[in-house]
Amino acid sequence: MSAHQLSTGRRTLLKGGLAVAFTWLATPKPALAFVTPHRQAGDALAAAADGAPAFAPNAFVRIDASGAIRLVMPMVEMGQAIYTGSCMLLAEELDVGLDQIQVEHAPPSDDLYGMKLLKGQITGGSTSTRSTFTELRQAGAIARTLLVSVAAAKWKVEPASCLVERGVIHHRPSGRSLAYAQVAVAAGKLPDPGEVKLKAPGEFQLIGKPMARLDSSDKVLGLTRFGIDVSLPGMRIATVKACPTFGGTLARLNDRATRTIPGVVDVLRIGNAVAVVATNFWAAKRGMEALDIEWNHGPNARLTTKALRDGLAASQANGKALLGRELGSRPDGELIQATYKLPMLAHATMEPLNATVHVTAERCEIWAGTQVPTRVVANAAKLTGLAPEQVVLHPQYLGGGFGRRLETDYVDQAVAFARLARYPLKVIWTREEDIRHDIVRPMYHDVISAVLDAKGYPVWFGDRVCSATVLGRWRPGGLRKNGLDGDAIECAADLPYAVPNLKVEWVRHDMPPGLLVGWWRGVGALHNLFIVESFFDELAHRTKADPVAWRKVLLRNNPRTTAVLELAAAKMGWGSPLPPRVGRGVALGEPFGTRVCAMVEVEVSADGDVRLRRAVVAVDCGIPVNTGSIEAQIQGGLLFGLSAALYNEITIDNGAIQQSNFNDYRMLRMNETPEVQVHIVNSTEAPGGIGEVGTAIAAPALANAIFAATGVRLRELPIRRELLAQKGHTA
Amino acid sequence: MSFTIKVNGRPHVVDIAGDTPLLWVIRDVIGMTGTKFGCGIAQCGACTVHLDGAPVRSCVLPVSAVGNREVTTIEAVGETDSGKRIQEAWLAVDVVQCGYCQSGQIMSAAALLQRNPAPSDADIDAAMSGNICRCATYVRIRAAIKQAASGKIVVTQAIPVTAIGGRK
Repeated sequence: MSAHQLSTGRRTLLKGGLAVAFTWLATPKPALAFVTPHRQAGDALAAAADGAPAFAPNAFVRIDASGAIRLVMPMVEMGQAIYTGSCMLLAEELDVGLDQIQVEHAPPSDDLYGMKLLKGQITGGSTSTRSTFTELRQAGAIARTLLVSVAAAKWKVEPASCLVERGVIHHRPSGRSLAYAQVAVAAGKLPDPGEVKLKAPGEFQLIGKPMARLDSSDKVLGLTRFGIDVSLPGMRIATVKACPTFGGTLARLNDRATRTIPGVVDVLRIGNAVAVVATNFWAAKRGMEALDIEWNHGPNARLTTKALRDGLAASQANGKALLGRELGSRPDGELIQATYKLPMLAHATMEPLNATVHVTAERCEIWAGTQVPTRVVANAAKLTGLAPEQVVLHPQYLGGGFGRRLETDYVDQAVAFARLARYPLKVIWTREEDIRHDIVRPMYHDVISAVLDAKGYPVWFGDRVCSATVLGRWRPGGLRKNGLDGDAIECAADLPYAVPNLKVEWVRHDMPPGLLVGWWRGVGALHNLFIVESFFDELAHRTKADPVAWRKVLLRNNPRTTAVLELAAAKMGWGSPLPPRVGRGVALGEPFGTRVCAMVEVEVSADGDVRLRRAVVAVDCGIPVNTGSIEAQIQGGLLFGLSAALYNEITIDNGAIQQSNFNDYRMLRMNETPEVQVHIVNSTEAPGGIGEVGTAIAAPALANAIFAATGVRLRELPIRRELLAQKGHTA
Repeated sequence: MSFTIKVNGRPHVVDIAGDTPLLWVIRDVIGMTGTKFGCGIAQCGACTVHLDGAPVRSCVLPVSAVGNREVTTIEAVGETDSGKRIQEAWLAVDVVQCGYCQSGQIMSAAALLQRNPAPSDADIDAAMSGNICRCATYVRIRAAIKQAASGKIVVTQAIPVTAIGGRK
């Protein structure tokens, strides 16, 4: 136990949101600054609001005169281990141990903590490490340079003759030492040193090793505070119900019975929702059940999944396509064509949506887990009529994000209710509310095609994607000049394979107003990797080729992706004999700047039940930062994707989502979990993303395995067992 | 109604409707937040606590049904031998991701180890399948339970750094 002490009673103190006024002071605002390791406007105010540390050379490093070393995390922690990864980058160059630091949530500020790739302080799209790999190391190196220069000047020696171990500066020839704390005040007065030299990969002490998560201990002990755990003096607890129909409103409310329930203190209403406020959640829930509510169901009152699917099919057939990418032209030959369809999905984060808000005449304070802190602040300002500098967000740990907390609806709603309440109000959605008011992953209806050469390899690839646009709703300015949603063609327009001619296009088909579509872990890659890798598997089987050998030929110009394919095949034992109704599937791709190959082995019962036997994933995510969390993200991410492919579909009747809880929106469980082996390529390339990679590659590997086991090609998700039952058996 | 319930060895007098699930008494009345709300219908296990050492879903257990039985939550499970071993193994294997379901996972695993010191894969399946983890940390949960049971390191990789608590 010496290496793994439970630190009972020690809690990672998370500050953040102490004051956020500095975010909004710069007027006129310069173009987004994004994370920089250097000192910039706004740093001084940020540091002042963060306990006025003796040494704060940039937005990320704080060293107090007491010796405390605090690192400020630009991204939010939702399970992906970014706090640990970011600390490794900073600590590597700062030359401190991970056990010597304290972690802080960054306050909301696009200027100080904005990500290049997502253009703002946004945690998503598997961009965090890609956006900060150089910048956070530089931030640590700049801090180290300044601290060492103070000691060197004091000793009248060359800084280069000093070395740092665990935050102590040594001058070995003279045997002198100074701790960072002893030079922090003097270093805090020095100007930015400009460019600094970073360690060569061979010198890394932390990067590339499996490091224990910094947040494990608190989470194991039940000490971590998530948004739902916030407690404030005078706080009341509410649960909410919004109109079940997309776009509907509240018509009439009788709360007489509700107000007689002990513990209920208030019933609040806004345009499309009602909140019952109580001294505890149960009383609020009982009060909600006792409400007599009449809704105006609005224009979507009769909406069904079938109507949505029919509309999408019509656009696929007749809609005007926007060109994504075109290369050469279609050669003569048989056109092989297939139609693939994907369902809507809910996120169902383990922590139901919640937010705690206190609105007064001068201030709006928010406690919430969010992937978009600056959007939360901006919206709250609009909703309350307060100035942005009067809005304070206290970021919290997220009990899962998966893209759901890239939306602000649940915080906006809590702000609207808290404006009426005026006391501190914690709004907790029931699981039923959480699923019925998800902002869903959109459905897709794609037609994909190929022309093969004489040897059975594609010389033409065609892909006509049809869907609503997430990007067009979430950030309309992010669409390309021709209106194209790049996310809709991600991983289809840029194949890893050598195919000389291709055309990838997208037909936009908007959902009815009120039915919002959102980001879902894996995003565009999740959608297109299923379709492309299933279809390419079809092509391989059509030519009676081994799907691995066939893919290898198409990867002839792509050694990095060939390497993950070969690694996975070797570890899986690809090609070794299997019993009847057992099959192996392969899928590969290049999502989020990472190369990945997944292999899944399944057994399909005579009744059509699919049992996962084992999975092997090989991944080249460029230079690996924390191999422990890479393994964990791939394992969990793959199972997350398999869970959805096996079981999940959101359907709509009478304008409302029909699923409501884990009894009818099923999740993969322990008894269904196979062994998942992860093999990481020791790469020196630029880092790729990791949090969504396993999820995005899961479904095609599964569907291809099911084909190998049964001969049934699944072109729709989720998997329907009745299609897989053997003749004479009932599913 | 007034009830006296014993949580982690301490009696608490709570004045609340008798149908209030134990979960909300623990969270909203007593103010201990380690036990989590996930579904409200005993489908996900995030709310798992021990009642006289047996795992129960506190989101569907009315406070009126607790009686004299001892309630143990994540905050005190480390004081039992099986709970301590499970928590240590959880840390050694670095199981957690978002962490939200992990209190419930640990409570189920500690109860398993308490009644079955050497659980098989099938035993682990039976005891743990009531606990959903959306991050799907199941592979490491299984490894951690085996490590806690055997006392042998079954971690697939070295994890060289002590976990950090941070400042008090």
